[in-house]
Amino acid sequence: MRVTLTVNGRRHQADDVWEGESLLYVLRERLGLPGSKNACEQGECGSCTVRLDDVPVCSCLVAAGQAQDRDVVTVEGLADPGTGLAPVQQAFLDAGAVQCGFCTPGLLVATDDLLRHCPQPTDADIREALSGNLCRCTGYEKILDAVRLAAARSGETAGER
Amino acid sequence: MTAEPTRGPRRLTRAPRAAQGVGVSVARPDGTLKVTGEFAYASDMWHEDMLWGHTLRSPHAHARVLSIDIAAALAVPGVYAVLTHDDLPTSQTRYGLECLDTPVLADGVVRHHGEPVALVAADHPETARRAAARIAVDYEPLPVVHDEATALADDAPVLHPHRDDHHAPHVRHPNIVHRQPVRRGDPDAAAARADVIVTGTYTVGMQDQAFLGPESGLAVPAEDGGVDLYVATQWLHSDLRQIAPVLGLPEDKVRMTLSGVGGAFGGREDLSMQIHGCLLALRTGKPVKMVYDRFQSFFGHVHRHPATLWYEHGATREGLLTHMRCRIVLDGGAYASSSPAVVGNAASLSAGPYVVDHVDIEALALYTNNPPCGAMRGFGAVQACFAYESQMDKLAAELGLDPVEFRRRNAMSQGSRLPTGQVVDAPAPVAELLRRVKALPLPPERQWETAGAAPDVRALPGGLSNTTHGEGVVRGVGYAVGIKNVGFSEGFDDYSTARVRLEVAGGEPVATVHTAAAEVGQGGVTVQAQIVRTELGVQQVTIQPADTRVGSAGSTSASRQTYMTGGAVRHTCEAIRERVLALGRARFGGTHPAWEHAELLLEDGKVVTEAGEVLAALADVLDGQAIDIEQEFRHRPTQPFDRMTGQGFGHVQYSFAAHRAVVEVDTELGLVKVVELACAQDVGKAVNPQAVAGQIQGGTVQGLGLAVMEEILVGPDAKVRNPSFTDYLIPTILDTPTLPVDILELADHHAPYGLRGAGEAPTLSSTPAVVSAIRAATGRALTRVPVRPEHITDTP
Amino acid sequence: MDFLRPASWQEALAAKAEYPTAVPIAGGTDLMVEINFDHRRPDALLDLNRITELREWETGRQTVRLGASVPYSRIMEHLRAELPGLAQAAHTVASPQIRNRGGVGGNLGTASPAGDAHPALLASGARIEAVSVRGTRMIDVDDFYLGVKRNALAPDELIRAVHLPKATGPQAFAKVGTRNAMVIAVCAFGLALHPDRRTVRTGIGSAAPTPVRARVAEDFLTAALADGGHWDSGRPPAPSVAAEFARLVAGAANPIDDVRGTAAYRRHALGVLARRTLGWTWQAYREQDRSPACA
Repeated sequence: MRVTLTVNGRRHQADDVWEGESLLYVLRERLGLPGSKNACEQGECGSCTVRLDDVPVCSCLVAAGQAQDRDVVTVEGLADPGTGLAPVQQAFLDAGAVQCGFCTPGLLVATDDLLRHCPQPTDADIREALSGNLCRCTGYEKILDAVRLAAARSGETAGER
Repeated sequence: MTAEPTRGPRRLTRAPRAAQGVGVSVARPDGTLKVTGEFAYASDMWHEDMLWGHTLRSPHAHARVLSIDIAAALAVPGVYAVLTHDDLPTSQTRYGLECLDTPVLADGVVRHHGEPVALVAADHPETARRAAARIAVDYEPLPVVHDEATALADDAPVLHPHRDDHHAPHVRHPNIVHRQPVRRGDPDAAAARADVIVTGTYTVGMQDQAFLGPESGLAVPAEDGGVDLYVATQWLHSDLRQIAPVLGLPEDKVRMTLSGVGGAFGGREDLSMQIHGCLLALRTGKPVKMVYDRFQSFFGHVHRHPATLWYEHGATREGLLTHMRCRIVLDGGAYASSSPAVVGNAASLSAGPYVVDHVDIEALALYTNNPPCGAMRGFGAVQACFAYESQMDKLAAELGLDPVEFRRRNAMSQGSRLPTGQVVDAPAPVAELLRRVKALPLPPERQWETAGAAPDVRALPGGLSNTTHGEGVVRGVGYAVGIKNVGFSEGFDDYSTARVRLEVAGGEPVATVHTAAAEVGQGGVTVQAQIVRTELGVQQVTIQPADTRVGSAGSTSASRQTYMTGGAVRHTCEAIRERVLALGRARFGGTHPAWEHAELLLEDGKVVTEAGEVLAALADVLDGQAIDIEQEFRHRPTQPFDRMTGQGFGHVQYSFAAHRAVVEVDTELGLVKVVELACAQDVGKAVNPQAVAGQIQGGTVQGLGLAVMEEILVGPDAKVRNPSFTDYLIPTILDTPTLPVDILELADHHAPYGLRGAGEAPTLSSTPAVVSAIRAATGRALTRVPVRPEHITDTP
Repeated sequence: MDFLRPASWQEALAAKAEYPTAVPIAGGTDLMVEINFDHRRPDALLDLNRITELREWETGRQTVRLGASVPYSRIMEHLRAELPGLAQAAHTVASPQIRNRGGVGGNLGTASPAGDAHPALLASGARIEAVSVRGTRMIDVDDFYLGVKRNALAPDELIRAVHLPKATGPQAFAKVGTRNAMVIAVCAFGLALHPDRRTVRTGIGSAAPTPVRARVAEDFLTAALADGGHWDSGRPPAPSVAAEFARLVAGAANPIDDVRGTAAYRRHALGVLARRTLGWTWQAYREQDRSPACA
C-alpha cells in the first residue's frame, strides 16, 4: 500500500508498504530517517519515541497505515536548521547523558515533550515522564542532570525576556 | 558494486574549544551525531539493492536434526537464498572465542534453545520470516542436561564428545569446560584456630547484557570474491579470526568496519550475525542486512553465567579471617564461549579484596543445554562478589561487629598477597573506599510524604503501581566492596595497536588517529583524542572509523580499552614526538641550545622547553611533511595459573569499588525501592571525569538490576521462558536512585597516566550492597539474586 | 494482509461485517507487538484511528460514556473525579508513550487477564457498548470475559464505548509488579465503595484465567459494613473484618505460577492489596464525609 505522511514538516510518500509494517520501519527503512531506534519493537523501551500529531508515542506500535495523513516529528526534527542543536540536545551533550546513544533519540523526544508541558519539572516529574525510556549505559543520573540543565537554561532564557 | 554503504560509519572531527587533554571532561566527538539521530548504528546501515537476512532457530534445547527441507522456503517469491549447514563453503564449520565448538549452523544436533539452524535472504524482512516459517525441520528431541547433577551424571549425554581444546585432557567429566583450583596455606589447620565458622550456598541467576542496539550488520560482497562487513562488535580482529576460516577466505578478503554500537557489556564479544550475513551476501551476490529483533537478540548472544557458590569462612573473635573454602559452579551452557576465562576470574578473585592466607578454592564451568554463557561486565567476579560479601555480613553479625568495621580489619592493601600468590603492587584502598561511602550522610527518611494528604507513590516501593502509601515500608542500609582484574590475564598476549598521523592542514597541525578499538558507548574515542592533544599539543584531532586495516586493538572488555588503546595512542604519540624533535633538530638545531640538551614538549602547536620557551612552530618543523606511525602497546606480561594450585602472576591490574545501598522495602509485598546507591571507586587517574562517573553510575545500575529484577528464566527443559523486554526487566529511571560517586585517583605506576580500568568494578559491589540492605530491612537470609518478592515475603 | 481504513463509524461497522476476521487496531499497543514478533498475521487490520468519536467521552448525570479509544493519559488527566478507580489504573498502564495511545477498548478487545483497566471496570460496574450493523447491545462487564483472551463480542461487533457509573464514593486501584514503572501486573486489585447503594465491588487482575470479581468478599464486606453501621458512623471496619475481606479476596483468585510470579505469592499479595485499598478508600470516605466541599 501507499502511505503519505508529514515528517518534520516535509511531505513524504512510501510505496509498496507491507500492511504489517510499523511507522518505525517506514521512517527508518523507507524515508531515510533512522534516528528513531529499534531496540525492542514491543513498546517497552521508548527508543523509537516520536511525536504523532504532537503526542509522544512508540512508533514501533503505530501501524504504517495509521500514520496516513498524520504529522510526525522525529529526533531529526528537533534541531532548528537555522540555529543548530535544540536546547535539550545541547543539554544532553553537556551533561554527559550520552554514552552508546541508542536510547538518546527517544529520550530527547520525551524530554522535549516534558519541558513543553512542564518547563520546571521536579525530579519526580522527570522520572515519571521518562519512565518509558530505558537506558542501559548511564544509570540515568546524567540524564536527570541533562533535563535539569535544559530546564534551568530555558528558565534563564525566559527570565531574560 | 560499490563497497561503501549509502549510510555508514563516519570520521569524527570536532572543532576544538579550549585545551581538551587528559584529565578534562571533554565532550564526546560522536555526541552531536548521536543527539541529532545521524549517528549510523549497525541497524541503520543501508545499501542500495540490499536484501534482508533472517535466522531460523531451534525450538528445542537438545535434539537431533533428522532432516531439513528448504524447498517450500525457496519457492517464496522474493527469496534469494536459503542456507543450512550443508551449504557451508569449507570443512571448517565451527567457531568460538576460546574453543572451536560452536557450529555456524546446526550440524545434525542442536544443543540449546534458539540455536541457528538455517538462514534466509529475501527482499523484505517479512518475506524472509514467511520463508523461514516454511522451512521444514524434523527434530528428534534428546534428553537435556540443565544443572550440575544432570550434566555430571555418569550416564549424562556428552554435549561435545570430540573435544580437542587444551582444557579437555584435564577435566574429570567431558561436560566440564574448565576447572581451576586455587590452594594456598593450610586451611584445615587455620580452621581449627577459628572462633566462628560461617557457611552459605548462594545462587546467581542468569543476567542479560540487554544492550539496547540489537545485533545487526551489513555484509557487502566485493568484486575480488571477498566481503565487506559493517558490524557492531567489541573486537574486530577476534571476529575476523573466526569469520574468515569458515567463509574459506583469507583474512585480507574479509574487511571489517565497526558501525555504531548500541551498548555491549560483553554481549558482543562472541559472534552473532557476522558469519551468517557474509554467507548470505556471498551466496546471493548482494548486500545483506541482518537486524535481530529483541526476541532474536535474547538468543543471539551469550549471557552472564548463572552460578551456585558454596562458601566457608572462619574468623577469630578479634574479627580476622582465618581461612576460606569455596566451590563455584558456573553454568556455561551449550558452548564454551569465554567460560574458561570466567572460571579463571571466579577462582582467582573468589576471596574478594580481603587478606586470607589459607584457602581451598575450586571453580568450574559446565557444558549444559542451557543458553550459552560468556562475557558480561564483571565476568566471573560478579558472581563471587555476591557470595563473599554475603559471607562478610554473616561473619560480622556472628561476631557482633559492624559490617564495615569487620571488612576494614580484613581489607587488603598495597603489598597484600592474593590467594594466587600474586602481590598487589599498586594502591588497593579497600578500607578507604568503604570509609568514604559510610561517611556520606544518609538520605532523608520518608521522602514520599508530601504537604498534601496523598503520598508521592513515585518515592515508594511499587512506584506508580500504587501498592503502598507507607504501610509495611522498612528502611535498610547495606555495604559491599569488590575486586576486579583489568585487562586480559593468565598469560594472554594482550596488546593494542594505534596509528597516528600528524600533519599540517590549513596552517594548523592536525592529528588523525586510527585504531581498531570498538567504541561501544564508553567514550574510547573521546579519550583517544584527549591523549593525542596532551601528547602532541594539537587541538584538531580526527578519529578514523575503527576497522581491520589497522592492527588489533584487542577487545573493548575487561575494563581495558583506556589502559590498552589509550596506552597505544600515547605510545605512538611518543614515537611521533621523537620524530618531530629529530626533524626540528635537523632543521633548527643550531638556532637554540635547548634543541640538543633540554627535555622538549609539544604544546599548543609548538615545540617548547619545559620552562615554556617556544623553539619552533610545529608547522615549521614539519614543513609540509606528514609523520605517520603505527605501533603496538603491551601491558606487562602475566602468567597462567597453575592447573593444580592456581598460583601465578595471573592479572596485570586490579580495580576496586565500594557501595552503600539505602533501600526501602515493602516487607508485606516484598517490593523494593532503592533510595540511594553511593559508590566510591579508585580509578588511578580520571582521564575524563564525566565519562568515568558515567561508567560508575551505569555499572552500578546494572548491579542493581541483578539484585532485584534481572533474570533470564530457563526451565528444566532448558528453554528460555522470558525472551522479551516485557518479562526480562531492566531498571527504569523510576527504579534508579540518586547515585553519588566519589572518585579516588591513586596512581598505578605500571599504567599509562596511572589510570586503572574503571568499567567493571562498580557492577560487582552494587548487587551485594543492595541485597545486604534488603536483608537489613527484612531480616531474611536472601541467598539468591535477583531477590524476588516471593523471597522477601517467604511465599513459595 | 489487508489494511482497512474506515473514515466513519458506520464504515467501520460495515467493514467488520464484511470482514469478520479483520482485527481492529486503535492504539496498536497489543496488536503491533504480536505483529512485530511474528506471533500473529491477521487477514486484515481494521484501523479505527480515523473515527474521532471513539476518542471522545460524554459525561452524563450518572454515567460516563467513554469512547473505546480515549487514551489512558486523557482518562488520567480529565476523569479523575468521575472515574477515580479507572484513572488510577490508567496511571499504571505501561509507559507515558503507551498511555498516549492505548485505551480501554483495546484492553477489552484483547481481554488479557493482565489488562490494567479490567479490575477498575469490574469494581465500578461498567457496561460495554458493543455495536454491529445489526444494532447495539450493552454487555455487563461481569458477562464480558469468557476465557483467557476471549470475550463476549460477536465476530461482527466493535466496541464503541464503555459506560461507567460516575463514582459515588472512593475507589482505589493497586497493582503489583517487580519494577516501579512500565510493568505488567503480577496481580492487581480494584475496589470501589458505592455509598449510594451501600455496597462494595471489586476486581482482580492477573490472578485467574480472566479478570474476576471477588464476590464472596464483596458480600462479606457489604454485610459487615451494614451490620456495623459503618456507612453512617464512618468508623473504619475492625482489623478482623479487613483481614477476613483480604482472605476472601485472595481466595477468589485462581492464579498460576508463571515467569512473573508464583500462584502463592499472587494470592498473598492480593490479600495485602485488598486490606490496604480498603483502608485507603475508607479513610477517603470518612474525610469526604466530614468535608464534602473539599472534593
